[in-house]
Amino acid sequence: MTATSTLLTLLVIAASGFVLARARALACAGGDSRALHSLPGHYGWASVLLTLGPALALFALLKIAAPPTPAGTLAVLALALAALAWSLRRTRPNFRARQTVERGVLALLMLAACVAIATTAGIVLSMLFETRNFFAQYDWREFFLSTTWAPRFQGDSDLGILPLLWGTLYISLIALVFAVPVGLFAAIYMAEYAGGRFRAIVKPAIEVLAGIPTIVYGLFALITVGPLLRDYFAQPLGLGTSGASVMTAGLVMGVMLIPFVSSLSDDIIAQVPQSLRDGSLGLGATRSETIRQVVLPAALPGIVGAVLLAASRAIGETMIVVLGAGAAAKLGLNPFEAMTTITVKIVSQLTGESDFAAPETLVAFALGLTLFAITLSLNVLALAIVRKYREQYE
Amino acid sequence: MSDQAARPTSLLERSSYTARRHAAETRFRACGLGAILIGLAALTMLLASVLGPGLGAFRQTHIHLPIHLDAAALDKSGTRDPEVLKKVTTLGYGKVIDKALAEAVAQAGIAIEGLSDAEISGIISREAPAQLRRKVLANPGLIGETIPLSILADGRIDGYLKGRVTAATAALDSNVSPAQLQLADAMGERGLISLDLNAAFLTAPDASDQRPEAAGLGVAILGSAYMMLIVLALALPIGVAASIYLEEFAPKNRLTDLIEVNIANLAAVPSIVFGILGLAIFINVAGLPQSAPVVGGLVLTLMTLPTIIIATRASLKAVPPSIREAALGLGASRMQAVFHHVLPLAAPGILTGAILGLAQALGETAPLLLIGMVAFVREYPGAPPEGLFDPASALPVQIYNWTQRADPAFVERASGAIIVLLAFLLVMNAAAILLRRRFERRW
Repeated sequence: MTATSTLLTLLVIAASGFVLARARALACAGGDSRALHSLPGHYGWASVLLTLGPALALFALLKIAAPPTPAGTLAVLALALAALAWSLRRTRPNFRARQTVERGVLALLMLAACVAIATTAGIVLSMLFETRNFFAQYDWREFFLSTTWAPRFQGDSDLGILPLLWGTLYISLIALVFAVPVGLFAAIYMAEYAGGRFRAIVKPAIEVLAGIPTIVYGLFALITVGPLLRDYFAQPLGLGTSGASVMTAGLVMGVMLIPFVSSLSDDIIAQVPQSLRDGSLGLGATRSETIRQVVLPAALPGIVGAVLLAASRAIGETMIVVLGAGAAAKLGLNPFEAMTTITVKIVSQLTGESDFAAPETLVAFALGLTLFAITLSLNVLALAIVRKYREQYE
Repeated sequence: MSDQAARPTSLLERSSYTARRHAAETRFRACGLGAILIGLAALTMLLASVLGPGLGAFRQTHIHLPIHLDAAALDKSGTRDPEVLKKVTTLGYGKVIDKALAEAVAQAGIAIEGLSDAEISGIISREAPAQLRRKVLANPGLIGETIPLSILADGRIDGYLKGRVTAATAALDSNVSPAQLQLADAMGERGLISLDLNAAFLTAPDASDQRPEAAGLGVAILGSAYMMLIVLALALPIGVAASIYLEEFAPKNRLTDLIEVNIANLAAVPSIVFGILGLAIFINVAGLPQSAPVVGGLVLTLMTLPTIIIATRASLKAVPPSIREAALGLGASRMQAVFHHVLPLAAPGILTGAILGLAQALGETAPLLLIGMVAFVREYPGAPPEGLFDPASALPVQIYNWTQRADPAFVERASGAIIVLLAFLLVMNAAAILLRRRFERRW
């Protein structure tokens, strides 16, 4: 019996349990549902929960523990049938079926909510485990402090994270230098100057940028921005001959971050109480003076939070840098040179045939854990700042 | 004011100080408008640079020939037995096509100086013999007849008709010669070669490096569809259940706080980390196959969950407490109040959030690279549920794949695939907006 047909059989058993338990409850009450503690359907559902719950748990347990055997399948079906029989025996007019069902449903809801915890635990544990394997083969001081990244197939690789970290931070910095002023000014204009109709057209248009998949930005970097920067800036200035560069990836990532910064800042600026503006305008300040000297200082913590969130987004971005930044791990200052990032190297070490015993593969997990730690701390910091600020005016 | 000189002598006269302040105001405002224009310009450039070259992928060059399926070459035994017919490889079919083309060229009276026979057959796609072979194997009765066929032209000839390849580039290209381009011109005048609608782009599987003209999105669209099915089937119920628990039932305790913190953080975890999770847990520990839509679907489900939970909680919160109180007052249990009254009222908002979550999952690339979906897959996955375990590709990964190929014809394919992807996203977002406009209630 395949897994699918076992599950189907279980469903059939549960469905018959519903019908039987409901009919039995009604029969016990002599066809008068007012004599029952709960609605007739509740008796049916109680039987379904009791039939499916233990049987599915056993099924999952067997599936994880061992390859499927006929005996295991039989045990699952037998358990389901036994539970069905017991649930029918329990079906009496004074059985509190509704409470039983609701407790079961509540447990299911809680289980669903715990998926979030399980996911985080899965992420952290899987990466920790493999990272430990990596550090068993490779010195952690070398990993964190070495300035060369040169994986070799034969082994004896140099796997220093510093060039990758530098590329990541450099590209993110360029992206933020581009996106923060543009996003912030766009948000200020839309919140403080723009009329209703202008806002209704322009705000969704800017937000379209947020809905475009990053692979599209990657192709944009590869076929448009890269060659453009190379032909009109890098080559005439004698700075490089590569289309893929820190500048390419940084600018395209900056475009991606504009709607992120602008919509977050827009919300934060809108939260500054109108009375602050009125006070400033009443004292004779112009609108730009009000914005610069009253609104922005009041919104500053929130804006800092938004920028940190944008930075975390930039550091974890993958497709734009895979297609726009290049693959050479380098420590340099020239923004028209190709450099590489942590995410690019995770992709390149883990795609294709990989041997999960070699440090060249395992290093990807250490890189992933580092990335996770950086973005997590940025997010926690940003959320803490934003939350603290919110309390101020609420 | 310290600036005594700038003080106006009369209220009616504008001082230089005021003028400076007003100029600063104008500059500031112009900066804001400039920022918005930069954003809009970036959007326009992005769309133009992708859509421009991509439209070419929806048209394809075909050569129209009467092809005589010579029984002596294709079925020596004369039995028309499919098993025997399979022994004739694509090489045999290639010769049949070459002969038909040479005859057609001679018949049309095309004579081009310095054009060798090999160059004439070189304008046919390497994929064409395989297509003809599949057609004959599916219908052996065709052997011995002469059928009119439209076969794929080589990628470079296709590029020539689309303006990507010119006589100047052909002179430098070892894969195509200027004489072949003249042949294409001459055949075009006689209607033997033309640019037609390329329906195969949406249905055909991927093709190898040398055959950009045959590459299509069939497997990728199917794989993406399978993954979206899984995401919808898992993320929507789990997300809604989790939101109901957190919004309606959860007591204020440590566990609830822990769940809240986890959801907030998962929403901001880089997508590639979910790929590492998929590789480590679903493939290495649970032993699920690489490149399978089921793994991709599970990874995308975990990624989409926070989005759906945040949207669902917002729409549950928007249902006024009076609805719950009325239900409770009439004797409903809390569970009944939620499932019979609050949830139906929140449903449009939940569905809108789910569609937006799906759209986000559809465009996600990075985690799928790690779980092996970059592999070259030509076979269509089977029907679900077993087909979910077959290797497949996905739309965004196929785009990435094509950007890594050497032939520039694949840039056109990748851009075309982006048009398909954006079209799907547009439809989904439009559906979400319509749903919100049509059904959302304001209390």
